[in-house]
Amino acid sequence: MRTVHDVNAAELPKRAEALLREGHRLALVATHHDADAVRIVYLFVSGPPDTRIELHVRLDPARPEVPSLAHLSFPAGRFEREMHDLHGIVPLDHPQPRRLVRHFHWPRGWYPMHPDAGAPPAFGEQEGPYPFLEVTGDGVYEIPVGPVHAGLIEPGHFRFSVVGETILKLKARLWFVHKGIEKLFQGRSVAAGLPLAERISGDTAVGHALAYCLAVEEATGAVVPEQAQCARALLLELERLHNHVADLGMLCNDVGHGILNSHAQRVREQLLRLNHTVTGHRLLRGGVVPGGSALHHLPSHNQMDAIGADIHEIVRLALGHSTVHDRFTGTAILRTEAARDIGCLGYAARASGLRPDARIAHPFAPHGQPTRVPVHTTGDVLARFLVRAEEIDASLALIRELSDCVATGAVGPTATPKEGPRTGVGLVEGWRGTIATRVELAADGALKRVKPVDPSFFNWPALPVALNDTIVPDFPLTNKSFNLSYAGNDL
Amino acid sequence: MNTVGYTAIVLQVGAVVVGAPLLTGLMRQTRARLEGRAGAGVLQPWRDVRKLLRKEPITPVGTGPAFRWAPLLLVATSLVLAVLVPLISTNTPVRGRADLIVVVALLALGTLALALAGLDTGTAFGGMGASREMTIAALVEPTILMAVFALSIPAGSTNLPVIVAGAADQPARLASPAGLLAIAALAVAVLAESGRLPVDNPSTHLELTMVHEAMVLEYAGPDLALVEFGAQLRLSVLLGLLASLSAPWGIATSASLMAVLLALSLVVLKVMVLGMALAAAEVFWAKVRLFRVPELLAGSFLLALLAVTVSYFLGGEGGQW
Repeated sequence: MRTVHDVNAAELPKRAEALLREGHRLALVATHHDADAVRIVYLFVSGPPDTRIELHVRLDPARPEVPSLAHLSFPAGRFEREMHDLHGIVPLDHPQPRRLVRHFHWPRGWYPMHPDAGAPPAFGEQEGPYPFLEVTGDGVYEIPVGPVHAGLIEPGHFRFSVVGETILKLKARLWFVHKGIEKLFQGRSVAAGLPLAERISGDTAVGHALAYCLAVEEATGAVVPEQAQCARALLLELERLHNHVADLGMLCNDVGHGILNSHAQRVREQLLRLNHTVTGHRLLRGGVVPGGSALHHLPSHNQMDAIGADIHEIVRLALGHSTVHDRFTGTAILRTEAARDIGCLGYAARASGLRPDARIAHPFAPHGQPTRVPVHTTGDVLARFLVRAEEIDASLALIRELSDCVATGAVGPTATPKEGPRTGVGLVEGWRGTIATRVELAADGALKRVKPVDPSFFNWPALPVALNDTIVPDFPLTNKSFNLSYAGNDL
Repeated sequence: MNTVGYTAIVLQVGAVVVGAPLLTGLMRQTRARLEGRAGAGVLQPWRDVRKLLRKEPITPVGTGPAFRWAPLLLVATSLVLAVLVPLISTNTPVRGRADLIVVVALLALGTLALALAGLDTGTAFGGMGASREMTIAALVEPTILMAVFALSIPAGSTNLPVIVAGAADQPARLASPAGLLAIAALAVAVLAESGRLPVDNPSTHLELTMVHEAMVLEYAGPDLALVEFGAQLRLSVLLGLLASLSAPWGIATSASLMAVLLALSLVVLKVMVLGMALAAAEVFWAKVRLFRVPELLAGSFLLALLAVTVSYFLGGEGGQW
């Protein structure tokens, strides 16, 4: 299922180009500091059928340079910049040789993920100027927003270059909440890694925990019983449900139609309380465990039907409101080609005519595949609203179907772990899009390296593209329609 | 006459000053209840004022007199409006000065002061809010002028007490096409002027969508209290004016203390009803796209223009009723 190819640095671009041309996408790039070499893992995936191909490139630790793939794939360029900032790997001929993850006040030449990094140093000499691209012209002005915002949202700095009210260019600067999650994983036991995985992005507890567990299970060779896989699929849909409902409400709130938000939040609260009965945690933590699942209670059909009816009512009222409909329609269009080039995932991609869905491309269980993946082609806020609304229906249908094969209580691994390959990959369709996690275990079974990639990492660059020629007051609405994770992106 | 007239003014200003934050509280509470929330209570705006007044005043570095004087100017113009506008009695010592053009100019002065203050902060938000507010104001002020003009034609004067007294005497004037058109136009203009949905969302925290709030983002402490109090005063006065122009019944036209007291309770009731109706309507509205606001306001201006035209065509008959 997963094939590994060792390639040398010179032939990497050729191999990558061939894989991309065959329809694979670059899902993850992880750097490993082995004893004798720096090893970079490029994970290419496609599906169905579920295909995972890894290219491993070994570099000389004294001169860690690798040819850039940025001209082949936009996400590759971003992975390379991340790799440079955290590990000190130099992508040769990179078109954007600028910092991405490490802000400019971190001293030059200090790479936090490098084995010799040591403790974080004091803020030191800046690595050159770190300016924003200045848009000039008659009447162009800049609006700086954030990183501290009004309201309870995560930190990110947005720099709008505006004429009148029309956005000419938006630059988003993130990584204000870089927590060093990848570093925190190192050396933990598999069990101790789970709570960390659940907290990568608070609203995606199941998605990240599941991707982590799938990767660990592949690495250890654990066999997960079907009932546990069903339970995991069920939790994934429950997570999709409570997040999508909240988004539907908040989209209405952002156009000043507060009453629908009140009701959407009421439904969300019901779902969170339901979640609490299901796993003992409102955000579904603790339901997915390495090798199995642990559910306390199953949601009843009646409960889910009532919630589904409520959500239908909210969607119907929102779409029936002429002002709300008008505000959504044609706002911040992300064209299909742009979404494809950027490598968008999840509902953002499915609202722009693409149909990536790891539940279909990379299924981890025989159950849990939606019969229909909702896709819209207009790429505007309305499309992202509709995709969410239709995904809710698909999730409700899946939950109904899955509750037949789920067992409550702790369902653990059926077979004692045979010796696994010590490395593993988990691909999961979280509510926001495909999550990829790659794990390598040390000989003693501790975590040597965990690299999670949240779909937000792929989707963030789409936001400024969608906002071109949109007006400033529509930014919050657009931002909410993408609803990307800062925590999951910044790691 | 003078004593009762002055009493009416004192009562009116007192009612507006005490009642303006309560009206805002009432509207928020109405909306909260209709949305299924508990709400903070009618008294919350007064608690906010108390809280803000206890804080230390802070002025951003680099701001000048425009920033410092704007809150005072806003409250001062609103208080003068509260004196001039005939809410309780048309027979007050200041009735000669309660001219339509003065009232609109005072409103515009307050708006302008805040817009200048927004520019004075030098922040992107201040400038953005000021630009949006001025765009809206440029459409709203003429609408208010035109709408009240239409009502003034049957009365033959732009003096507000005369218009209101005339309408109280001859309610048919209001039921005329001109009267109805003018009041509809005025209602939209009042919504825009006081920064309510669908033009501006007073309860948003999204700084990029704000109009009024964006201008005053830099205010804190007592200055913020003044700015908010000023906005509340304006809303109350505008709703009061709308009530007086559209439903003048009960307003005191004579110099009798009983009539003044009755008018006071009636106007409080009318403004409460209007405020609650507005809050209830806001539950069902959404904010229109910023570039659609001029369309909405141009529509209301058109209504006002039609009202004026209709008044001229049907004015002869109207005057003879």
